[in-house]
Amino acid sequence: MCFTPSNKALSFVFICFLFTLAACQDGSSDSVEAEDTPADVQEAEDAEDLDEEQIPVGILHSLSGTMAMSETSVRDSELLAIEEINDNGGVLGKELVPIIEDGASDWPTFAERADKLLQEDEVPVIFGGWTSASRKAMQPVVEGHNGLLFYPVQYEGMEASPNIFYNGAAPNQQITPAIDWLMEEKGDDIFLIGSDYVFPRIANQAVNEQVEDAGGTIVEEQYTPLDHTDYNTIIARIREADPDVIFNTLNGDSNVAFFKQLYDAGITADEIPVLSVSVAEEEVQGIGSEVIEGHYASWNYYQSLGTDENIEFVERFQETYGEDRVVGDPIEAGYFMVHLWAKAVEEAGTTDTDEVRKAADGIEFAAPGGPVEINGENQHVSKTVRIGEVQEDGQFEQVWKSDEPVEPDPFLEEYDWASGLSEIVTDED
Amino acid sequence: MHERQSFFTTKQGVFTILIVILAILPLLMSDFQTNLLGRFLAFAILAVGLDLLWGYTGVLSLGHGIFFGFGAYITAIYITIESSGGGLPDFMMWSGMTELPWLWQLLSNPVAALSLAILVPMFVATLLGFFTFRNRIKGVYFTILTQALVLTMVTLIISQQQYTGGSDGLTNLQTIFGFSLSSPQTQLVLYFLTLIVLTVVFFSSLRLVNSRFGKVMVAIRDGENRLRFSGYNTAHFKTVVFTLSAGLAGLSGMLFVMQIGIVTPTMIDIIPSIEMALWVAIGGRGTLLGPVFGALLANTGSTYFSESFPEVWTYLMGLAFIIVIIYLPKGLMTIGDKLTKKRRGSHANQSAGKPTKL
Repeated sequence: MCFTPSNKALSFVFICFLFTLAACQDGSSDSVEAEDTPADVQEAEDAEDLDEEQIPVGILHSLSGTMAMSETSVRDSELLAIEEINDNGGVLGKELVPIIEDGASDWPTFAERADKLLQEDEVPVIFGGWTSASRKAMQPVVEGHNGLLFYPVQYEGMEASPNIFYNGAAPNQQITPAIDWLMEEKGDDIFLIGSDYVFPRIANQAVNEQVEDAGGTIVEEQYTPLDHTDYNTIIARIREADPDVIFNTLNGDSNVAFFKQLYDAGITADEIPVLSVSVAEEEVQGIGSEVIEGHYASWNYYQSLGTDENIEFVERFQETYGEDRVVGDPIEAGYFMVHLWAKAVEEAGTTDTDEVRKAADGIEFAAPGGPVEINGENQHVSKTVRIGEVQEDGQFEQVWKSDEPVEPDPFLEEYDWASGLSEIVTDED
Repeated sequence: MHERQSFFTTKQGVFTILIVILAILPLLMSDFQTNLLGRFLAFAILAVGLDLLWGYTGVLSLGHGIFFGFGAYITAIYITIESSGGGLPDFMMWSGMTELPWLWQLLSNPVAALSLAILVPMFVATLLGFFTFRNRIKGVYFTILTQALVLTMVTLIISQQQYTGGSDGLTNLQTIFGFSLSSPQTQLVLYFLTLIVLTVVFFSSLRLVNSRFGKVMVAIRDGENRLRFSGYNTAHFKTVVFTLSAGLAGLSGMLFVMQIGIVTPTMIDIIPSIEMALWVAIGGRGTLLGPVFGALLANTGSTYFSESFPEVWTYLMGLAFIIVIIYLPKGLMTIGDKLTKKRRGSHANQSAGKPTKL
């Protein structure tokens, strides 16, 4: 039996495979590329590229898939902050070098990439995540390797991992004050609508308790699958129930469909205002400002804020990435959390996780959305709560704000009506 | 001389060399890379199973995510129960559950859980095969049906979040049989376990396709009606192969979830299900060895591209797939044919369609 073509085929495929493996081994590490990153930030592919004077930091957001539209902007603001820090002499005298990975809108990929960043690149910190699912996927990984994750988005609360710093709003910094404001200004009959996953479910459990305690009524509670786009049935139910306000925890594309169909059905913001917690400036662009004009959102930051820090931030962001770009709450959080981490490292004198965690308590930063401060106990930040109304130009006008930054209370321990909720969660530990 | 060469260029020979190399690689690679490669090996098991069904029997399933998912979810549920140490998993408490549902209780026994991870997909496939193949649903209609089933399954998992963790999936998988899933030692053991399982699966499949049964499989692919007129009940044969293939997918899901420590609906959705068929197509249908290479190369490739070019890696992967499909429509396994043909001119082109320049 001689060397037949198909036999040769086998050997050839085999050799190809070996080559590929070899290629992956050294990861073509000599090329340090700088495409798509702001001016001076050097981007490394591998920790091996770095010398003693550099610190690798991980950036892990979805750059492809459904979440890419939201998350790439957060990546941009994180890179902007890194550039600022490097321009001011870096951290501990060393330059920060971002190592960017793609979470691909797929939660297991987030876990895998986080693993890679911590084990292969040995980054002391990962800035990343958006959805709660991506955070929950990364949580066992950062805990297993005692790494740090800085997470930029508001979420449902009820969590305090020693390896995660939560830079978005806890429920008491966004949802609870929003419900208070709604009941005071707009009425007691509230219609709840949300996407069917953890965040809306848990958020609405708390809302139910709070509204009941304050003497209001939840007239109806409706959930639709993620990416659901047909809201005619629900709008019919809204008409029937005739609530004073709608509290909206829909996520992503569903918001576009919901607001358009609500508008087409002739329900105006004057008649039944909607308050959303997942609709920021970028989403308003997607929905169309004429459709959502007059409705409300609750956040800690709006692009329209007139503080000096914010004017400078917006200017720098648009200078770097384009005049047509808008910023919003998670983008701002992505920006200030890099600064918070850098300050904590300076305070600790090292990038070691345990030391940084200890040093983080009380670290402050003058963020574009007002001063923020890390609460060392629950590793969330105190921040100002702001209710905004969508304007004709797609920007929010602030209609209410908390007098001072609100302390984070992820388990809603300060509220009597929430005692049942926090019991459920603390039982498990 | 000829004797020795012939062993190393047979499927058995190449596969043996591959396995030896894969057994040595962990010495050279970091823990993370070993773990990653272990996951790809789990995919290779699924690819071999899919090749039996598609490559040899000619039944294309774009729904293997379902069977992979059953294996993965059942294993993950067991690990979740073990990890939560008797308490309720957190997502159940949020959803207002007060005690473990009976389905879950059934899976708290490791032997039951790990057997069901393979048996449930097999049972589902038998049921499905029984209703479709007997009614002569075949070709593209069967394929579309499998896609629809994937969609149904994913919707079901997401909507039943009190039982399944919804779109977040089951995330906090800590220990299995008391061993920490995040320790490198456990992962190394799982790597070799996966390698051994892949070896057994590969050689058993090779035996199967070289047996009389295998001849019937190929006959179904090449001329099902003729076979039926000769008195064979092809529906039975197809159901058996489909069941076997589903069982291997469940096994693959089981090994995969132990190595990644998380399971979500995104892992078994339509796109991953199509990717699974892609591994087989890229490697070479009806070769068994090709799909193993296909699974390993496609996943190594996407990891490599996504690490090196996080902005544009999806395009690069797409491009790589297109190039392979255009120039090697029968998969990477025919690459040697193409090269030989080029050297010998158009001497031997009757086997692989029209000659194509490389």
